[in-house]
Amino acid sequence: MGESSVNNGVNVQALLDARKALTEAPEAAKFNWRASCKWQHGTHSKSTTQGFHGLGEEQQHKTEFSFDADHPEAFASEDLGATPIEYVLVGLASCLTAGVASVAQNREIQLRSVEAKLEGSMDIQGILGIDSDVRNGYDDIKVTFDIDADASQQDIEALVAQSQKRSAVYDVVTNPTNVTVAVNKHLDGATPRTRRGRLWGPYAAPARRARARLRLDCGDESSNR
Amino acid sequence: MATSYFLSEHSIDHVVLGRGEIANTWRRERWNSLQLLTPNWLTRLPGHCYDGSDPDGYMAMPEVIAFVDHFAAATAAPVRTHTTVTSVRQTDDGYHIATDTGDLGCRCLVLASGAYNVPSVPALHEALPSSIECRTPIDYHQPDTLPEGGVLVVGASATGAQLADEIHRSGRPVTLAVGEHVRLPRTYRGRDILWWMDASGIWNERYDEIDDLTRARRLPSPQLVGTPEHATLDFNVLADASVELVGRWAAVRDGKALFSGGMRNQFALADLKMNRLLDTCDGWASAHGRDADTAPPERFEPTRVPESPRLELDLTSGEIRSIVWATGFRPDYSWLDVPVLDRKGYLRHDGGVVDAPGLYVTGLPVLRRRKPSFINAAEDDARDLTEHLAGYLAAH
Repeated sequence: MGESSVNNGVNVQALLDARKALTEAPEAAKFNWRASCKWQHGTHSKSTTQGFHGLGEEQQHKTEFSFDADHPEAFASEDLGATPIEYVLVGLASCLTAGVASVAQNREIQLRSVEAKLEGSMDIQGILGIDSDVRNGYDDIKVTFDIDADASQQDIEALVAQSQKRSAVYDVVTNPTNVTVAVNKHLDGATPRTRRGRLWGPYAAPARRARARLRLDCGDESSNR
Repeated sequence: MATSYFLSEHSIDHVVLGRGEIANTWRRERWNSLQLLTPNWLTRLPGHCYDGSDPDGYMAMPEVIAFVDHFAAATAAPVRTHTTVTSVRQTDDGYHIATDTGDLGCRCLVLASGAYNVPSVPALHEALPSSIECRTPIDYHQPDTLPEGGVLVVGASATGAQLADEIHRSGRPVTLAVGEHVRLPRTYRGRDILWWMDASGIWNERYDEIDDLTRARRLPSPQLVGTPEHATLDFNVLADASVELVGRWAAVRDGKALFSGGMRNQFALADLKMNRLLDTCDGWASAHGRDADTAPPERFEPTRVPESPRLELDLTSGEIRSIVWATGFRPDYSWLDVPVLDRKGYLRHDGGVVDAPGLYVTGLPVLRRRKPSFINAAEDDARDLTEHLAGYLAAH
């Protein structure tokens, strides 16, 4: 590899060395990734990532990375950040792209440009609880790569296929993952309230009407939230 | 059996232990319709070839058994049948073998119990409703021993593809869960695909030249079947027959089987690898002047991906009555009390020379070369290892 003039900026030798070292010491291969999220206002939240665990010890990003998430105005939100479900596309796109670059370096393929377009289709009847047969999340995700590289079409397709095969986000998106969501207990917190939250402002009336309609139509779980 | 042949050639005193009759696995532990994937002309044991009237055909199990029996008789192999080894431990000058018919001592030991002893069934079988009957290739014999109704076949190696096809023909609706697989046409440019593998020398790549040996050794068997029609058995054929394809079975949740949404890429990878192999064959043919006696190069239809493959299947609805696990096998070394296993339970060995003095293994996939482990590779591997073993005996 050292002799090769191909340079995609990926230190493949370090990755191969790590692969070898971790084969001998599989415990150090166990990583723990973390993110923190703080509610701001409305549907706006701010998430950060900095620390993670891996290679047997605590690790830190060089700086803290911060991500605003919100819902668009079409959802009566303030649109102060990307929609959370868009972050899933962002994660998938960047994971596959990093994979393409790494695999290309390993296969000594010089990349000139790599662009990906992602589309996820979703029927929001699911998240609105309108139709219980409709799932909440994406029902289909399409990724289209445009790659300019010193390689045949077949080799480029193989790059992209191998990148999917080794992608963490692709795996999380295509396979079920066990998820635990816990709530910490706050002994000295405020008195618990059972009151139902109310929307106010210009959306209150249509939302109330919509909620009433949902209850009538479906008689469903939205009434016991 | 092949090792015994070379041990005799070296005049090394030995005995072959078998837990049942000769060729026991082929007699008792495989389904009825199974035929070898290797054409008859390529099916060889040392000094022993097929001499029947159908060199391009594939042996059914009775023929395989007769072939091995005949070899054992012709070579007068010192086989002790119906002898089950219960433990092997190291001694100062070799190994102590305990069996159900008495104990033996030896200076060298060759493990030839193979890689396919115990079906490896993923842990998700523990979460299945009890109403579903489960089979593995060891206790599946023929379709009509399965309950009527839907069958979920898990795994798309040669075994999974063949069983899905056979069970579907019995009138039972079949769903096939597919993960990583190896697609191959049965014939290419008018020749058996295994002719190409053999003639082009692809199979001769040595184990110490292979990039990712662990991966090569765990690769599922190619989707091949041995039929008189030399038919290809791939997903397009199965889909045309209306076998339903779903992604790799990833989990059971609330009584539902959940399948991976990554099927499209599994298909893409297998198609790409097949085409790369065919390119290699074409390159070899033109470089070695074989274009004249083979048909022109051809490419096969890409694997068609179902429009929207099912991601879940309710196992409590009655749609699926039985499950056939074609999820591979693993070797059983429970009787081997010698510390030579890695953390995954596989033998630590270098091309069949096990990490303990005088201990060898043969008959594992890609042991010393890419050749298929059955019959055809046995000869070369056994010759190499017997030479090593003779050297070891001479030096100790």
